[in-house]
Amino acid sequence: MNFQTTIGLEVHVELKTNSKIFSPSPVEFGDDPNANTNVIDWGYPGVLPTTNKGVVESGIKAALALHAEIEKHNHFDRKNYFYPDNPKAYQITQADKPIAHDGWIEIEVDGEKKKIGIAEMHIEEDAGKNTHNPNGYSFVDLNRQGTPLIEIVSKPDIASPDEAYAYLEALRQRIQFTGVSDVKMEEGSMRVDVNISIRPYGSDKFGTKTELKNLNSFNFVRKGLAFEEKRQQQVLMSGGTIQQETRRFDEATGQTILMRVKEGSDDYRYFPEPDLPALAISDDWIHSIEEAMPEMPGKRRARYVNELGLKDYDAMVLTQTKEMSDFFNETVANGADAKMAANYLMGDVNAYLNDQQVDLQDTKLTPANLAAMIKMISDGTISTKIAKKVFKALTKGEEPVAWVKSKGLVQLSDPAQLQPMIKKIVDDNQQSVDDFKNGKDRAVGYLVGQVMKQTHGQANPKVVNELLMKELNNR
Amino acid sequence: MANEEKIDKAQVEHVASLAKLEFDDADLGKFTTQLGDIMELFNTLSEVDTTDVEPTFSVTDQFNTMREDVAVNSHEKEALLKNAPDTQDGFIRVPAIIDESEGAN
Repeated sequence: MNFQTTIGLEVHVELKTNSKIFSPSPVEFGDDPNANTNVIDWGYPGVLPTTNKGVVESGIKAALALHAEIEKHNHFDRKNYFYPDNPKAYQITQADKPIAHDGWIEIEVDGEKKKIGIAEMHIEEDAGKNTHNPNGYSFVDLNRQGTPLIEIVSKPDIASPDEAYAYLEALRQRIQFTGVSDVKMEEGSMRVDVNISIRPYGSDKFGTKTELKNLNSFNFVRKGLAFEEKRQQQVLMSGGTIQQETRRFDEATGQTILMRVKEGSDDYRYFPEPDLPALAISDDWIHSIEEAMPEMPGKRRARYVNELGLKDYDAMVLTQTKEMSDFFNETVANGADAKMAANYLMGDVNAYLNDQQVDLQDTKLTPANLAAMIKMISDGTISTKIAKKVFKALTKGEEPVAWVKSKGLVQLSDPAQLQPMIKKIVDDNQQSVDDFKNGKDRAVGYLVGQVMKQTHGQANPKVVNELLMKELNNR
Repeated sequence: MANEEKIDKAQVEHVASLAKLEFDDADLGKFTTQLGDIMELFNTLSEVDTTDVEPTFSVTDQFNTMREDVAVNSHEKEALLKNAPDTQDGFIRVPAIIDESEGAN
């Protein structure tokens, strides 16, 4: 029997606003426990939340990036449950009328493009953080309590683990380009819940779905789903039935392990949040946000190919993150040749970032300095070989023109300076001249090497070659 | 709740457990009757014809009461922790909880 797979993804994204969604406490990570909290975050009696306008704006940006319809009149609801990281005993979220619905993003798997629908997107508050301790206690830090989140729920359009991976990549990329979040799974600013079911081909009834937890990277999502897809097939093929259950992905074995059987949906007793007036989003507001939105990756990629003459693959690599793409834009705006700028960013810069395990924005590299170095290569001031040294200086924040001058690394291109040197080297190497006359081209390489040695690599190879050939042919 | 479904003891027990409350049998009986009466009232209310009436989500007529995204640290950590039943190293200390689900969901 053949099966078809249906995957649904729920993605939580932490918004990087200055303050929390319903209180003015700072949104900061890594501070002392409970340092960024106030009476509202703790749910002290009598306090009232106030909606952060920046969160609504971020929500609108994300909705636009997901081609979603914005619900002009939306409101918050209470989701009631008891847990130590949830001090009010309810989470303020949107259940009844989320801020956006019916969006889509495009994914590409094996060269084939497909649209994946977004069922809805809502804004809500995050909970605090529990740390478990083996001595019979848990510790609660409410710094994260009230951090704004958006939750993006896909339609059941995802048909394979590879599509799920591509969806997450595309989603991460689009959200990242809006600038509303860092969207980093390793830092918890992007969290993914998945569910998966299979059914016989042609059946119009969805199979029972299982939920997977502990998926800490896109790769684990793909692996966990692939394992689960196969497991469900084996259960059904051997005449068994799938239980609605939550399973944990084990990173060490690549398997999913039963955590608990789900007994119906939890009773969260949602009701409209009485402490917060509803939101009315005007067309004017949406338009003004839309106009200020950064250019999305797809548009940038097309522009790089059509206007700057980059290869599509290069354009794709440069638009993986907004930081890289912005850096490229500014380097070109500073007068660097686009192809050279692309090559440096994908080559030396990426190698440096990988080597140092840092993000571009956390380095001392600047578009102005990279552009200045590229311009010096273009006009012959430095060789690409010297540029390797200059690049190292760029990573330390040096300004390349001044640095090259101070180190005396300007390329020697003046024939008046090079000619006597070359003449002497040829005089001293009669053997090479004989070899050259006998048609051994290697001799030329040797002589060029001698010139480079004497000039500490600063001679312009093109000029040296021309002068040397002239000299040899005159002998 | 247009149907005349009666609240039973099991439902009251379920609601109580969601609210982390425990009742003895006498109280359960009392609350079952009381909640039943409240549901009766809703049944009466639901007799009103609300066709073409928009649901009311909020009783205020205000919209968009928002503040600008400006961070203000209250610097009240110590005072806030004073009302916690138990603390340690700046954390709120609670009985051990073991649950795999962390953060909002």
